[in-house]
Amino acid sequence: MTDGFLAGPAGAYAAILAMAVATYLCRASGVVLMSRVRLTPRVTRGLRALPGSIVVATVAPLAAQAGTPAVAGVLIALATMIAVRWELAALFAGLATVALLRALGL
Amino acid sequence: MASPPLTFAAAAHGARLCLPLLPGVLVFATAFGAAAVGKGLTLAQAVVMSGLVYGGASQMVALELWRDAWSWPAVLAVATVTTIVNARMILMGAAIQPWLAPAPKARNALQVFFLTDANWLLGSRYHAEGGRDHGMLLGAGLFLWVVWTFATIPGYLAGALVTDPKRLGLDVLMPIFFAAMLVPLWKGARLARPWAIAGLAALAAQALLPGYAFIIVGAVAGMLAGALLDD
Repeated sequence: MTDGFLAGPAGAYAAILAMAVATYLCRASGVVLMSRVRLTPRVTRGLRALPGSIVVATVAPLAAQAGTPAVAGVLIALATMIAVRWELAALFAGLATVALLRALGL
Repeated sequence: MASPPLTFAAAAHGARLCLPLLPGVLVFATAFGAAAVGKGLTLAQAVVMSGLVYGGASQMVALELWRDAWSWPAVLAVATVTTIVNARMILMGAAIQPWLAPAPKARNALQVFFLTDANWLLGSRYHAEGGRDHGMLLGAGLFLWVVWTFATIPGYLAGALVTDPKRLGLDVLMPIFFAAMLVPLWKGARLARPWAIAGLAALAAQALLPGYAFIIVGAVAGMLAGALLDD
């Protein structure tokens, strides 16, 4: 198979399938591996730090790249979530901030 | 060792335990659907991705890497990023392994497909309180899978109605939604130190490396920091 095959509509489904296989292996490997080896405390701590690290490593560069309104939107969403603990409110507050600042020409 | 039970009653109980989480899942799935429109996915692709991957965070991050024309390196890159985002599932699976292990392998192979943060957390509590029926875990996972997969559709259709997504800020919906997700993950400043390192590493990688390599660099830096900081 060549890149020509992937350049067509099949490409997106190949990517989705690759994601699905990768995710299934993550789901299954914890159960399978534990039957054979024990996760060390160090590995456990590393995996525990992963979710928050992914969020920060994704959000900070994307917001910085998108400019001032996006950075402000992210901070407002964070503040709203801390205040009311409700995803929908945080999402709308963040998006409203971005829309408003962009309308103002920032 | 006798195989642990898997009953319909426990599955229904598991699904009921998920009800308080329903608004959050609906918002997340809708947000994913709306974000998918902007990145050029078809409705079918968005729904198939939700159904086969069933991992919201990884799907959101993958959207940032989405493209019109694919190549093998691009497919490999999206698979790598997906693996890193979902590597936390290794820990989740390992934690419930003693509970799952006595069941037949084929049954567990199906069970783990529906393993997700919410049913894992609910299942861990259920097991700690003496529950042993695997139906609880499967029922909760299956229920959330149905909600997640089908709620992608209204999100996509709503997103498709918007003619100028940038004006509404929808192009940055993903980082905004992700930022809010950080709050429930917060367990004190000490455990958040790796996050700061992840953020700094990602910003440095963004300046130095092409594409979306910063996600991998930041995530790996945070994981290493988490592993090493408390030694």
